[in-house]
Amino acid sequence: MNTTKHSTKLNRREILFSLGAGSMALVTLTMLPGLARADKTAADAEIKKILGGKTAQDGRVTLDVPQIAENGNTVQLEVAVDSPMTEKDYVKAVHVFADGNPVPNVASFHFTPASGKAVAATRMRLAKTQNVIALAEMSDGSIYSTQAAVKVTIGGCGG
Amino acid sequence: MAKSKPRIKLPAKAAKGEIIQIKTLISHKMESGQRKDKKTGEKIPRQIINKFVCTFKGKEVFSADWHGAISANPYMSFYTVATESGAYEFTWTDDDGSVYSKSAKIAVS
Repeated sequence: MNTTKHSTKLNRREILFSLGAGSMALVTLTMLPGLARADKTAADAEIKKILGGKTAQDGRVTLDVPQIAENGNTVQLEVAVDSPMTEKDYVKAVHVFADGNPVPNVASFHFTPASGKAVAATRMRLAKTQNVIALAEMSDGSIYSTQAAVKVTIGGCGG
Repeated sequence: MAKSKPRIKLPAKAAKGEIIQIKTLISHKMESGQRKDKKTGEKIPRQIINKFVCTFKGKEVFSADWHGAISANPYMSFYTVATESGAYEFTWTDDDGSVYSKSAKIAVS
């Protein structure tokens, strides 16, 4: 009898312990999105800085990113801007933002008429599923933009 | 930063006026400043290459500003018009002030 009593006691402890561990896991799970919080307002603020009161037009910019990125640590990124790239008419810069990253800025590429074509590629980190935005600044001052959604399976933010 | 080894890939020869692709890669951890030390729980300070510049005969061809969202061992590819024979100079600037550089020659006919 004594032994049975002992084992039930243990069982109860085990149950209580596992309950505790379970709720701990829940707490960590709910806290995670808070850590890698999307800061869309930060991205908007950075974009506003580039625009400087102007409005971005659609078109001319192509953003080549995967629809689904399995690993958020390395996501292929290619931007291409339709431009003759002459001394008179060329792409000055392309700015790339990720609106769900803790820091929305990704990179700025500065082209010159010597670039020949306004195409650049690199690899970036994405913390979670979000939008990638590209703003192209032309030599005449106009701004073109585009955006693409990337679904991220494993975030590249690091814990 | 221990060693950052840059690598450049571009065609050895090109015709005058041809648009060539230049691919670059450099080994660097690109510490984003978002990661936490697993033991202490403190944030690991950011240390990345924040600037990449490519020049030809002293004139800038292409440059890029990088932020924490650029992956480790940053890759960068871009294009340029081959105008004359010479060497392209590439520099990468680290947050800590160190500058890594490399050059690559091209023969233009």
